[in-house]
Amino acid sequence: MHELSVCQGLIRQVERIAAENAATSVDRIVLKVGPLSGIEPELLRHAFTIAREGTVAALAELELSQGSIKVRCRLCGGAGEAAVNRLLCPDCGEWQVDVTEGEELLLLSLDLETSL
Amino acid sequence: MCDTCGCNVTPGNAHLVDKKTVDVLTNLLQENDHVAAHNREHFERHGVLAVNLMSSPGSGKTSLLEATIEALGNELSMAVIEGDLETENDAERIRARGVPAVQITTGQACHLDAHMVHDALHDMALDDIDVLFIENVGNLVCPASFDLGHHANVTLLSVTEGDDKPAKYPVMFRAADLVLLSKSDFLEMIDDFDTNRAERHVRELANAAPVLTLSVKRPDSLGPWFDWLRESVIALGEGRVMNPRVQPEGATLHSGP
Ligand SMILES: Nc1nc2c(ncn2[C@@H]2O[C@H](COP(=O)(O)OP(=O)(O)O)[C@@H](O)[C@H]2O)c(=O)[nH]1
Ligand SMILES: [Mg+2]
Ligand SMILES: [Zn+2]
Ligand SMILES: [Zn+2]
Repeated sequence: MHELSVCQGLIRQVERIAAENAATSVDRIVLKVGPLSGIEPELLRHAFTIAREGTVAALAELELSQGSIKVRCRLCGGAGEAAVNRLLCPDCGEWQVDVTEGEELLLLSLDLETSL
Repeated sequence: MCDTCGCNVTPGNAHLVDKKTVDVLTNLLQENDHVAAHNREHFERHGVLAVNLMSSPGSGKTSLLEATIEALGNELSMAVIEGDLETENDAERIRARGVPAVQITTGQACHLDAHMVHDALHDMALDDIDVLFIENVGNLVCPASFDLGHHANVTLLSVTEGDDKPAKYPVMFRAADLVLLSKSDFLEMIDDFDTNRAERHVRELANAAPVLTLSVKRPDSLGPWFDWLRESVIALGEGRVMNPRVQPEGATLHSGP
């Protein structure tokens, strides 16, 4: 379960950003974890409850969005959604496609509290 | 309503707080990816091709390295980083063939990361090496997420594991630059592994990687793998940019939101 390593990296980034903004606590962390990112949202949530302890994000809520997988065909230009293990063109059915969405593993935003 | 000026503050909420949202848009693995880029610079400066070998436990990674050392030992100078949860066994198997090997024991971690590889590089004389093999921890899930700074992902699937593994572990097999269907000597005993079907599952991940069938028990089956290795060494020597196939987050970031 590599979600814990990923979470520890996340917490270090969050701590750095919180310090840069002189935040006293982090209320919310928003992530995009695409279906092809290799990260299981449930495992990440679980790891997060361990990794956040004793940090500025100890009470933070974790918001995860997965989004869908989108592909664009190099042969016919067709575009649309695809399943994780069938990355095929929705129009011509061929596999020579580029994945345009679904691989993201991103920290999108943080809600911070600062004392006045 | 009056959150900003604080006029709604009572003795009960005198600890004044200001709330704000900060947009970030960074890759969750950015620390790892920085170290990976640094490792890749090391490799390129010293002209070392770095190959990451991944598979389930027991698919034949170490055996393939032994056979490769046996066959190409006079032609290429090789070194190995071995990743395992415990034991020095695999590193000892490699050293027994006269090739330098550094063992990384990861304990709990089910994958290598760029920091571990960086530390291991301190124990290696990179100038003397043409090819560095990094044998990752046996696991079809976690290793695919970590860029080590290597140039290519080679994923083994032994024919005793079933030909639908690429459909079951799409992130791993999508990341492969080369797929090796290993232990092919067992094909005659296993009637439901179809190498064409395994290849079709790889294609259905939009992956054009070559799929080779081989067995260390059949030395003549190893030729196409050796050719791939030789061509990759030449390509790196000619200065061709080589990154492992999937570095999704990095790509997303560099092309903007
Ligand atoms: N029959 C056969 N056995 C193999 C082959 N490659 C590896 N093995 C056996 O599979 C077992 C695991 O191999 P090993 O190289 O240690 O796998 P690793 O865990 O991926 O490094 C050992 O008993 C090997 O002898 C092969 O091509 N054919
Ligand atoms: Mg091994
Ligand atoms: Zn893991
Ligand atoms: Zn198409």
